[in-house]
Amino acid sequence: MFPRSRRNRLFTGVAGGLGERLGVEPALMRIAFVVLAIAGGAGLALYLGALALSYEDDPSARPSRPAPAPRPPAMRSTLALVLVVVGSLLLARTIGLWFGDKTMWAVTLAALGTAVIWARGEDEERTGPGGRLPANANPLEAVLAGSRAALPRVALGGLLVAAGMGYVLVTGGVLGTLSNALPAIAVTAAGLTLIFGPWTMQLARQLGEERRSRIRSEERAEVAAHLHDSVLHTLALIQRADAPLEVVTLARRQERELRTWLYGQDPQAPVAAGRRQRLGAAVEALASKIEELYTIKADAVVVGDEPLDERSRAVLLACQEAAVNAAKHSGAPLVSVYVEAEPEALTAYVRDQGKGFDPESIPPDRHGIADSIRGRIQRQGGTVTIASEPGAGTEVTLTIPRPREGR
Amino acid sequence: MSEAGLGQRGAGPVRVFLVDDHQFFLSGLRAELGAQFAIVGAAADADSAIEGIRRTQPDVVLLDVHLPGGGGRAVLEAVRQSHPEIRFLALSVSDAADDVIGVIRAGARGYVTKSISPPELASAIRRVHGGDAVFSPRLAGFVLDAFHGELTTPLDPELDLLTAREREVLRHIARGFTYKEVARRLHLSVKTVETHVSSVLRKLQLSSRHELTRWASDRRLV
Repeated sequence: MFPRSRRNRLFTGVAGGLGERLGVEPALMRIAFVVLAIAGGAGLALYLGALALSYEDDPSARPSRPAPAPRPPAMRSTLALVLVVVGSLLLARTIGLWFGDKTMWAVTLAALGTAVIWARGEDEERTGPGGRLPANANPLEAVLAGSRAALPRVALGGLLVAAGMGYVLVTGGVLGTLSNALPAIAVTAAGLTLIFGPWTMQLARQLGEERRSRIRSEERAEVAAHLHDSVLHTLALIQRADAPLEVVTLARRQERELRTWLYGQDPQAPVAAGRRQRLGAAVEALASKIEELYTIKADAVVVGDEPLDERSRAVLLACQEAAVNAAKHSGAPLVSVYVEAEPEALTAYVRDQGKGFDPESIPPDRHGIADSIRGRIQRQGGTVTIASEPGAGTEVTLTIPRPREGR
Repeated sequence: MSEAGLGQRGAGPVRVFLVDDHQFFLSGLRAELGAQFAIVGAAADADSAIEGIRRTQPDVVLLDVHLPGGGGRAVLEAVRQSHPEIRFLALSVSDAADDVIGVIRAGARGYVTKSISPPELASAIRRVHGGDAVFSPRLAGFVLDAFHGELTTPLDPELDLLTAREREVLRHIARGFTYKEVARRLHLSVKTVETHVSSVLRKLQLSSRHELTRWASDRRLV
């Protein structure tokens, strides 16, 4: 009894499962079945027998029944498999399950060639420049991706396959008529090259691209893990220490930048490429901008998210103005920005615990509050409340109700 | 490493166990908390933390979320089975939603980031020791986000929805108010605010809302 493979599955996963259990490349298992099938159908019978003996691998039931770990393909078990197949072929030949030497020689040669292509030494896995290729990578992909160790092996295998085909041609007496057919064959080959050539080239390029991006993201994850353990901790430590406010602000800004770089979207990704910015990200960006320009800590909390539209952009800009006021005038070490996007309204609070002021005493012609905050919000049909007292901090509340028929 | 006999259970200073794999940070914590709390031990990975916590039986464990050997979650799960009375305050340089929600769902009574100031950290430890929950503005924001919008068919309205009052309290915390300020603004007692927050914590830990379940299942907490 053995589990059918889920990862290495072409039809039923029998070959994959057997290969994983025995430590043989699944592709070789498949070739063995095919070769034996040609020997009077023995392979087909074997395959059906193996199918009956195997069971569906159920990953959810794994904890209760620890399955043996799949063995990595090893040279020794591969050799054993080859010997078993050859032995079976000889046996089939003696008892007459045989299509004749000519056919079988050709098939065996071709199968051997394919097997050589697919057999992979463990050493190669490690030493080749393609050391990052996944364990079940296609050998052709390995060659295309620049693995030098795979090249002679694939060449040898290809030679064997060609020899098998040539054997059929020669012994079948095809060669005599070949001179007549040669132009036709050449034309066909040229046609095939024209058809599949560009496609193959493109495939190769695509594979190289994929591999590069895989390596890049792996390296990125590694760097992220390292920075998380070291630099982010150091920056956090600086913020807790009794350091001057400027140093703390600097550490905080660096932390924020690093965090965005590590966990946010790819900084190389085109931001302005017509993609709609979202409110949550915009508020975060606002907070880091405030921290960058002023020595104040800016905390941003966003509940709910939505694409930026005219309404939320107005809230964003008004928040920015309020936060800048807090940074400039309040003297508080922290300004908190809280934005909540609800179905019925968009609400924002900007709060500091600084020295506060008397809202009545601000001359009505002062631009900051009048235009940038009140005007902006009122034009969107919203309301602004400024709660402040000398000595008790300030809180600016912005609310824009959403129209009924709106999303 | 353990200063045995310094403070018995229930009396004397709060007994604190530190779990952090960052040595600098650990020694910093020791220095600043040592004066107010009895630091009964420290560990730098999950296994030694579990062993140390079981041995010293502290009142409060200050637990780093990212730890070698399974993370803070492994420690929480191992210890909470046998010692439900030990309280956990999670501490992390990350305030990513899944980190925060994940460790709270696993049973921590609060979450603070490592940039928290020493006095704030001390008061958070006391609060957790007193059986209350510690919500940073950011955590409050995450919770509001996760409980955002109406459920058409809540499986368990008791757990899957926040009451209007709880929502209001959380909103104030997310806006940066302290518990005391929240109490004053909403005309409640501090105790009532704490009760609301504790009830939110319970919902956060037990609710089956799919947003929470998703967070939890992503981190294999369920």
